[in-house]
Amino acid sequence: MANRPNDSSRSDAPSRRFHPVWIVMVVVATLLLAGLVAIPAVLVSETKPPAAAPAPSDASGQNRNGAGSAPAVVEQSPSPGKLRQAKTVQVDFSPPADEDMPSGPFGDAVRLGQKIFTDTQTYARPYVGNKLRCVNCHLGAGRKADSAPLWAAYGMFPAYREKNKRVNTYEDRLTGCFRFSMNGKAPPRDSKEMVALVSYSYWLAKGAPTGVALKGRGYPKLAQPARSPDATRGKAVFDANCAICHGADGHGTQANGGYAFPPLWGPNSFNEGAGMARVPKAAAFIHANMPLGKGNSLSEQDAWDVAQYMDSQPRPPDPRVAKSR
Amino acid sequence: MTCRTPLRGIFAGLGRERLPGTVFSLVLAAAAAPSAHADANAGSVLAHQGSAGVPACVSCHGMQGEGQAASGFPRLAGQNQDYLLKELQAFADGTRKSPQMNPIASALSAAQKRDATAYFASLPAWKQQDKPNTSSPSYQRGRKLATVGDWNKEMPACFICHGAGGRGVPPHFPALVGQPRAYTRAQLEAWRSAKRANDPQGLMRSVGAKMTDQEIADVSLYLENPSPAEVEE
Repeated sequence: MANRPNDSSRSDAPSRRFHPVWIVMVVVATLLLAGLVAIPAVLVSETKPPAAAPAPSDASGQNRNGAGSAPAVVEQSPSPGKLRQAKTVQVDFSPPADEDMPSGPFGDAVRLGQKIFTDTQTYARPYVGNKLRCVNCHLGAGRKADSAPLWAAYGMFPAYREKNKRVNTYEDRLTGCFRFSMNGKAPPRDSKEMVALVSYSYWLAKGAPTGVALKGRGYPKLAQPARSPDATRGKAVFDANCAICHGADGHGTQANGGYAFPPLWGPNSFNEGAGMARVPKAAAFIHANMPLGKGNSLSEQDAWDVAQYMDSQPRPPDPRVAKSR
Repeated sequence: MTCRTPLRGIFAGLGRERLPGTVFSLVLAAAAAPSAHADANAGSVLAHQGSAGVPACVSCHGMQGEGQAASGFPRLAGQNQDYLLKELQAFADGTRKSPQMNPIASALSAAQKRDATAYFASLPAWKQQDKPNTSSPSYQRGRKLATVGDWNKEMPACFICHGAGGRGVPPHFPALVGQPRAYTRAQLEAWRSAKRANDPQGLMRSVGAKMTDQEIADVSLYLENPSPAEVEE
């Protein structure tokens, strides 16, 4: 309470010293103009990643402050709706080719990371509690766009996640994969497996900007379906499109001593805590990537329905819920 | 012939309205499912001697069912029986076209089809005999397609569906390894042009449609005699 008079007197002070504030405002306005010019540039050519991309997310905030002072520029810039789109401008990025993997100890770590990714059951055996492999959800050894590619995930961490309500490092994110999707336990931070997975991701993201949503990141979100997802319709979609590989019972298909096609439910699949156990995420993955090699061939409604069917089947419990029981 | 016995049992059971007898006959009928019934020895005789209107299989498919590289007749040895049977039926009903195989498959009885496919499925699967020329760029590109695919055009690796090392995933995905390259090439071209269209869910037509001539040549070369990348290092 005693501070209040002081505060008000402080706030009075700048109002008497007009000139410096105006200089600052002019500088800000200039930066603003630059930002607003940058957005259309990004919209026109999405091909120049690092410098241009972060601009939109800053610029939309600046626009609100500066709209009154620079109306001419606002007219030239896209409509507010477009500006909001600009916030999600995505940058094209291609990961390096396998042939360009480095040699030496770092290259060895990258190669081990790739092996863990493609043959998880062999190379990360102690940390896996089901019969899945990383590549079952991250197609193309973690390269395929719209299939949660590693190169697009790497630069987005650290980040706050609602899932555990704290800021997660990339290692934390991998920990989540092992705990939920692989129904196992995370490799320790200093284990060769964790180092290898981080190395492989880092290498795939070589040259990508950080903190920018790259085009192809995650699974492309679907709009809400016309009809709410239905497991009965989903079963028909499953029988017609999925059972040939994943088995009529969804438990996968084994050949040559391993799983040729992954189990989608049952004891050897991901647990209730996995992202794929959530219908919107599963629907997004399925629509973009399934049946294998025929992505985007199912209707969105079919993808929602079959995701609903898959996620209504029994699977291992969420370890967080199991613990509290 | 022996198949008729359980069927007679079923009808007899139905006629007399004896439920337990009917159930028993149904169980017998179930036990007489196709593959359990197949006679690989009879299949062997058929494969090597042929029968009325049917030439010996081995005259084109090789004495050990290994195929014929020069003419592109496919390897049958060690292929999974479900797949072989499905294809023979497709040749018979014309859903798969082949001037050589359509008349032969039509002439085979259901039992002969089962026996012949059981015989060829029982023969040893492909094993590498000679080292391939792994330094050939075409071979290297073929290996990459077979093991990694090309996700830039959403083309999965062959081995994702056809199993580790291309050894097949019964019942729907045949083994690919050790096939004469001329055969693999002809099939991929047939998928691409949809002249062959008996693939489940159009999976192979979808892959074929994405392949260039060069890619078809490369992957056919690799699959004829595949060596995993690790082996040669």
